[in-house]
Amino acid sequence: MSPLLSLNGVHTHIGLYHILQGVDLEVESNKVTLLLGRNGAGKTTTLRTIMGLWKASGGTITFRENSIAQRSTSEISRLGIAYVPENMGIFPDLTVKENMLLAARGAAKVKDIDQARLEWIFSLFPAVHRFWNKPAGKLSGGQKQMVAVARAIVEPRDLLLIDEPSKGLAPAIINNMADALMQLKAKGVSILLVEQNLNFARRLGDNVAILDGGKIVHASPSDEWFAREDLQQAHLGLTL
Amino acid sequence: MKINQADLIPILIVPALMLIGFLAIGSLSTWLTLTIAGLAMGMIIYTIASGLTVVFGLMDVLNFGHGVFITLGAYLAVSIFAGMHGFLLSPDILRNLLAIGAAIALAVVGTAIAGAIFERLLVKPVYGDHLMQILVTMGGLIVGEELIKVVWGVEQVNVPIPAFLKGVFAYGDFAVEKFRVYAFAVGLIAFLGQMYVFSQTKTGLLIRASVHDREMVEALGYGVRRLFVGTFIAGCALAGLGGVMWGMYQQTLVPQIGSQMTVLIFIVVIIGGLGSTWGALLGSILVGIVANYAGFLAPTFALFSNIAIMTAVLLWRPQGLYGAAAR
Repeated sequence: MSPLLSLNGVHTHIGLYHILQGVDLEVESNKVTLLLGRNGAGKTTTLRTIMGLWKASGGTITFRENSIAQRSTSEISRLGIAYVPENMGIFPDLTVKENMLLAARGAAKVKDIDQARLEWIFSLFPAVHRFWNKPAGKLSGGQKQMVAVARAIVEPRDLLLIDEPSKGLAPAIINNMADALMQLKAKGVSILLVEQNLNFARRLGDNVAILDGGKIVHASPSDEWFAREDLQQAHLGLTL
Repeated sequence: MKINQADLIPILIVPALMLIGFLAIGSLSTWLTLTIAGLAMGMIIYTIASGLTVVFGLMDVLNFGHGVFITLGAYLAVSIFAGMHGFLLSPDILRNLLAIGAAIALAVVGTAIAGAIFERLLVKPVYGDHLMQILVTMGGLIVGEELIKVVWGVEQVNVPIPAFLKGVFAYGDFAVEKFRVYAFAVGLIAFLGQMYVFSQTKTGLLIRASVHDREMVEALGYGVRRLFVGTFIAGCALAGLGGVMWGMYQQTLVPQIGSQMTVLIFIVVIIGGLGSTWGALLGSILVGIVANYAGFLAPTFALFSNIAIMTAVLLWRPQGLYGAAAR
């Protein structure tokens, strides 16, 4: 079975910098793939390149057998990929409700959103319901992160790209976020997750890919990698 | 667009200024006349400037050619007025309204089409480069004005006022020109229309979101480019509508009206804060009211009252009343 998303020899230049230097990566359907690496390895660049926010200067990116490397960001999104950036991408002047409505492309009004799905999202992220009419900019970091993930799943998407969802969050909030992502995973949502928090990542990951110096240097089932302290030490300079 | 409750202070400037004006003028009827004239002038300026400020906020485009759409709108309206002279001067208000409606419709549609061409030919190639935007759009203004001279000539043109807008509303000592009251109403409708779009429609939500983070709007699956073009065209159409009102307000028209207004609308946009619709409204009203009060109290000061307001606001808030930092 062909992977949901595959990158073959992807290069990305940002100005004079050659960030991705031939990334090969596969994301399987209904699995959580972890993309790990040291700071500056190119993890965020990989996600942004998949989304078309930075154009690949070489290589191919295939999503559900569609070549997407040269498509616009909005087209890529409409193919079924949702993106939660590291800075969460929340619109602070808009209410939580308005943020959610924007993400529901098929809805002109909130009542047009699939109400059963919305209830499910409220059960995953109670803060979204609690602060529904509040400006999103007034929420705490953890609440904003929940809104960001909730926004990404307000309509069914085939693949979520999530960049460091645990960053800057309190431990209790991290647990809530992990629980919510576990439920998403149980629902069969495919996720490509960039994460620095290894405990968080371990709970979720099915597969792991390690990025170093703009290339994938290791790819395996995550159980295998998490069982090998020598690999963790070699790839990230730390162990669990 | 909602205003942060902690940021209501700029709004209070308007009533404070009105109070100071009342104390300085000393006559209720004169003060009322000047205030309504100032509000009317302010709302016309707002109609013109709001398009410019939204285009800047959304597209990060400094359009120094905005004035050409004011001129074009005004001249298109004058052409309709010339063709429907009988309707315009008829005592029948319905015939008057038909002439004005046709003039506004042609001005809005004509400037929208011109705006689409202007965006495609001049603005699109210089996205992201402010210096080039200034040079190219100023060039567009000059070329546009010259084309207007070719079509309508260089002579000053009188702008007729429909019969039902002539005269004054009088109550005791208080008298205000009918046209100014209607001009205020048209500006208010334009403002409320924009507020409705921004707060009640998905397109408005997309514009507000794109002002903050256009990348994320793209990542949610929306083509921001189409939104840009649509907003630019709407901004030009608003300038065209404002041009019709400004022409009738001044009752004369010259091809340079757009370049003369460009300075004024940039002052308004800077006072309000680049990209802020509320700021543009406040800036327009401040400029309109101060110009009228100053014209009565100290005519020589009226010549540079706009610059004085801008200087005072920028000393207080360098980003403008509702600039990016406060928006």
